[in-house]
Amino acid sequence: MVGSIFPVEIADVTVRKRGQALLDGISLSLAPQGITIVMGPNGAGKSTLLKALHGMERLNGGHIQWSQPKSVTQKRQAFVFQTPILMRRPVIDNVAYPLTLRGVSSAEAREKARQWLERVKLGPAAHQHAAELSGGERQKMALARALIGEPELLFLDEPCANLDGRATREIEELLLVANADGTRIIMATHDMGQARRLADDVVFLNKAKLLEHADAQAFFESPTTPQAQAFLKGEIVE
Amino acid sequence: MTEIFEGLKAAIWLIVTFDADLYEIALRSLYVTITAVIFSSVIGLPLGSYLALRRFRRRRLVVALLNALMGLPPVVVGLIVYLMLSRSGPFGVFGLLFTPTAMIIAQVVIITPLVASIAHQAIRELWAEYHDLLISLNATRGQRMRTLLWDGRRALLTASLAGFGRGIGEVGAIMIVGGNIDHVTRVLTTAIALETGKGDFALALGLGFVLIFLAVAINLLIHRISGTEVHGRW
Repeated sequence: MVGSIFPVEIADVTVRKRGQALLDGISLSLAPQGITIVMGPNGAGKSTLLKALHGMERLNGGHIQWSQPKSVTQKRQAFVFQTPILMRRPVIDNVAYPLTLRGVSSAEAREKARQWLERVKLGPAAHQHAAELSGGERQKMALARALIGEPELLFLDEPCANLDGRATREIEELLLVANADGTRIIMATHDMGQARRLADDVVFLNKAKLLEHADAQAFFESPTTPQAQAFLKGEIVE
Repeated sequence: MTEIFEGLKAAIWLIVTFDADLYEIALRSLYVTITAVIFSSVIGLPLGSYLALRRFRRRRLVVALLNALMGLPPVVVGLIVYLMLSRSGPFGVFGLLFTPTAMIIAQVVIITPLVASIAHQAIRELWAEYHDLLISLNATRGQRMRTLLWDGRRALLTASLAGFGRGIGEVGAIMIVGGNIDHVTRVLTTAIALETGKGDFALALGLGFVLIFLAVAINLLIHRISGTEVHGRW
């Protein structure tokens, strides 16, 4: 077993696109356990921060240094996108795909995929095509596909943005189990209730800048910046 | 109206009496176009996929050129292939002019840009869909290519079928390089042109219906084999 990808050093990270700063001088320290919730209004840079940490963005400044080389780091991370990416394959092959990329035999990969589908309660849908799934089922499939590689760190970009209450609750339960099993979670969300339910610590972004990073309890009870106070009151923050 | 009716009657008559000439002509049509589609697919599908996945200088130019070549006038292609293969042309020594091989060459030139262009479009769309996932999973270039070709196989099949559709109905080029010689290079489309010229509309229409029937039948057959259009699949 290789060592952990934590600690990570995130210093002065800047990402610009078409002259506009999407992330502006973000420095952050992340604990190796728990659930971090990234909050902020639309366009604050939540998705960009997640993608930058995952190594999917070109940085225009600063650096992100994991404790393992990039090739190892990326394999130990997984990413669930806001809109689940459906491969044109049966559900079970969608879930098995990351393992087959790693050279696991297809029989073994499918067996593991079957177990994961049971865990996310998609067992009966294993041989349907991914496009036949409902919105919530699609996101659960994407979650199973992300978790099958037993990542040390899981990113989720507003995974419940278009889901109803039940689907959201199921996903949250799965995330809590995964976290209890040792998967570090960093998740962007809009949903204040969800943030309160899941967060160990909160990163609050606005206009590409990091305004607050605090313990969940501290953040929700006494936010220090006026923007975060307004955001928590449900006001429109610009 | 009577001509169409007579044409239908002629078509049915030709088919039920196992008219030897008709079967010969129809089989030659299929032979020429299917062979051309196979060659075009072998060239065009990888070419289109490559253009969708690789970034290189002048890629846009190549893609634009490819799209423009889709509109190649068959008659002009026929003329150029004719000049290439004629006795005094660069490939005259092979003696290919007025043979089915010459017709296949002309059709490959006509069909390949179409196949490559549709394949390019399909794979590019799929790549846009899969991009984040494949990057996130750290798939190697080879793995990405294999995944996209496999998951895009039905779209690639459509590209080949479009090529078949263009080839089977094409008359200008194969008329010039084949010469419409009875029992040698006569195919359905050139025969129809000939019969129409002679004023035998019933036979021309009969051949026309056989041509349409063949085109539809081949498409349905391929879809049946590949399982496209089956509920819930791609």
